[in-house]
Amino acid sequence: MTLELSRREFLKASAAVGGGLSLQFSFPLLAKPGAAAKATEVTAWVVIHPDETVAIRIARSEMGQGTMTALAQLVAEELECDWSKVRAEFASPNEHVRRNRIWGSMSTGGSAGVRASQDYVRKGGAAARHMLVTAAAVEWGVPTYECTVDKGVITHPATKRSTTYGKMAAKAATYAPPKDITLKDPKEWKIAGKPVKRLDIPDKVLGKPVFGVDVQVPGMLHASVAQCPVFGGKVKSVDASAAEKMRGVKKIVREGNFVAVVADNWWRAHQALKQVKIEWDVGANGDVSDASIDKLFREGLAATNLPEARKIGNTAAAFATAAKVIEAEYSSPYLNHATMEPQTCTAWFKPDGTLEVWTSTQNAEASMAAASEVSGIPQDKIEVHKPMLGGGFGRRGAPQDFVRQGVAIAKQMPGTPVKMMWSREEDMQHGFYRPASLVQMKAGLDSQGNIVAMHTKIACPSILALLRPEGIQKGIDFSAVRTFNDMTYTIPNQQVDYAMRNPHVPVGFWRAPGLQNAHYRECFIDELAHAAGKEPLAFRLAMMKPDDKNRRVLEAAAKAANWGSTLPVGVFRGIAQADGFGSFSAMVAEVSVSPAGELKVHRIVFAIDSGHVVNPDTCAAQAESNVVYGLGALLYQSHKVKDGRIQESNFNDFPLPKLTDMPKVETVLVPSGGFWGGHGEPGILALTPAICNAIFAATGKRIRTLPLKAEDLKRA
Amino acid sequence: MITLQVNGKTLNLDVEPDMPLLWALRDAAGMLGTKYGCGIAQCGACTVHVDGEPVRSCVMPVSAVAGKKITTIEGISAKGMNAVQKAWVEHEVPQCGYCQTGMIMAATALLAKKPKPTDADIDDAMTNLCRCGTYARVRKAIHAAAADLGKAKTAKPAAQKA
Repeated sequence: MTLELSRREFLKASAAVGGGLSLQFSFPLLAKPGAAAKATEVTAWVVIHPDETVAIRIARSEMGQGTMTALAQLVAEELECDWSKVRAEFASPNEHVRRNRIWGSMSTGGSAGVRASQDYVRKGGAAARHMLVTAAAVEWGVPTYECTVDKGVITHPATKRSTTYGKMAAKAATYAPPKDITLKDPKEWKIAGKPVKRLDIPDKVLGKPVFGVDVQVPGMLHASVAQCPVFGGKVKSVDASAAEKMRGVKKIVREGNFVAVVADNWWRAHQALKQVKIEWDVGANGDVSDASIDKLFREGLAATNLPEARKIGNTAAAFATAAKVIEAEYSSPYLNHATMEPQTCTAWFKPDGTLEVWTSTQNAEASMAAASEVSGIPQDKIEVHKPMLGGGFGRRGAPQDFVRQGVAIAKQMPGTPVKMMWSREEDMQHGFYRPASLVQMKAGLDSQGNIVAMHTKIACPSILALLRPEGIQKGIDFSAVRTFNDMTYTIPNQQVDYAMRNPHVPVGFWRAPGLQNAHYRECFIDELAHAAGKEPLAFRLAMMKPDDKNRRVLEAAAKAANWGSTLPVGVFRGIAQADGFGSFSAMVAEVSVSPAGELKVHRIVFAIDSGHVVNPDTCAAQAESNVVYGLGALLYQSHKVKDGRIQESNFNDFPLPKLTDMPKVETVLVPSGGFWGGHGEPGILALTPAICNAIFAATGKRIRTLPLKAEDLKRA
Repeated sequence: MITLQVNGKTLNLDVEPDMPLLWALRDAAGMLGTKYGCGIAQCGACTVHVDGEPVRSCVMPVSAVAGKKITTIEGISAKGMNAVQKAWVEHEVPQCGYCQTGMIMAATALLAKKPKPTDADIDDAMTNLCRCGTYARVRKAIHAAAADLGKAKTAKPAAQKA
């Protein structure tokens, strides 16, 4: 028997789950449950319930990075409410549209979830506090400045009267929010800046159905999808005669570039999909391979008159008089995001002409736009529910391919909710990949070993060309040239050329877009230090201005790692630094390499200056996360392109680091105030170069092509 | 019709004998805590217990586990959270959390066998994959849960004496 909940039972079950996380499974386009109706929205960010529960609205997505909790901390800090009574709930994208984007950006990327919204969410909390205190003051007939507030209790000390936020909320909501708001000095923070427990963890530990793939709607069917294995190809013919007869199969959906089987159970849908005979029109890219891509990149690097991403002084003249000229070529492959939860979208064309969508998205507004475009339904008649994301890393932001598919499938079955989920194989072979790139660097040293000139040529597909073409300026995609075009080192002559070469493989914002450049640059700087006969930390510091924040974190990492001290026999250090995503970061890696060529990363010391820190424990967790994500790229992962398609299909040929690969990670937070930087991505920038520089210290070998292969490390 | 014993309850599910247990649980029984990650027993997000042993349910046909005692994340603790789940909360282990129910199932099975696991025991038992990189906290939380369970054991006889 397949269990099917009736709508009434489902709503009851949803209500019984309780807590903020279950809210995304409610039906806001239908009547709201009675309890919610009594809650009062004081400001767009703050909803107060009669039982003193404070629901803080979150506009950004939660994919494990802790943004939901950090944003709630910032609002609660200004609100002066009782943190133990706070829960977070996602703002409704439908309401967002109807209220003229009242919650600002819903996009969650670029390590910007907190830093780009901290100002207005704190003001939303502060305004609510002001309105609540005013309500009490009016009721008591006393001036507001005579009232105090602590943990949601408003007191007038002179007359010993007190009341609560729960009691004052309705009255407070009738006032207009104040215009001039002074935010607290972060030095006074009591909730923000503290390692409070994340709000989303208990439900995740209990296995509650919080993710996109966990959506259950009464009468829902399941879909599995096959897309043309060659990117850009199309469906030519479909023979579904065998699949149609299989158990549980309800419909075969044929669209321009994919085929889906809809069934009463995902496994049945997927089994039937394997029996559908699909002939593909692969288009013009059926013979693209790693070799043809490499050729394209090399042709780009050899081209003249490339767009210049940076030009300072005259590199050619400086090379001519340099005592020594060093050149190196580095490269790295395409990489899939490989979120643990595959791409998924549930869509329901309802009889009343509205559309409900549930999807693990990093940008609910982009999901809304994609759903509207495919369905033809205006956005104010669409609701996009944001469940928890089973990982994001950039995959679920700008490309909304999975939403387009989910909506296109459900559109063919009006009235029936359909949950589309990709198999791992589909997910692995239809990503928006971290771009492959090929970079040539050339530097001149003077007789004292100082770098007098550096010329970098970058061949790299453009993410912006595919996803945000309006962002390209003078032929430059900033994400392809960063770390070189904004290099902090005071080298007098610099040039950066960009050869935009775009094979048909789709590229996207993969955790810290442009991170390959940090790897190339910091490895090459290490090569130059060695060529100059200088110690790599001192070599870098000599090229950094006294007030450079990069200098400060580099020194902090070196100090915490006890750089220069004696290590156990066989253990070696490497160092690297890079800024990005609003923060400044540096790393020291300690590694050993066995005679058989086995690498062991023992310890990573990571220093970061993000200006402010909202939750130090979450920041440490993000550092650990970046280390493991970067280790995958360093140790194991690459995609091979053959016959126009990605060859790897699952975790057997695209391995993830394991528990045994995890080094000790020590996070050193050195927030210097005055600015807001991110934490979701900076930690990956310096990782691979720090480790590769340590490998050089251990073996004398330079790793110029990623990922590492064991034979690279065998001692001669 | 397949009869399964899940979390102490009998489930009669109208599913094919070769349907993997994962899909019988998720789509036929509506128990969504067990996750699909790879379908080829690589990642462990689908880990459940069969007769106390951690098993990757994505490759386990339901016919092979009929009549056996199956425990999922929903049934891992009779009331509230078990010691592993509590340690997971205390040490803030999950990030996205998608792989974590499988991790908790694997860790609970490990502690049932080895109440005081060494780091090497943890290395051997915890082969689950996590893309967010929670591994250091997984290790820490397993040691903490082991200590917690050890304390509870020694506290019990003392309490009885009193």
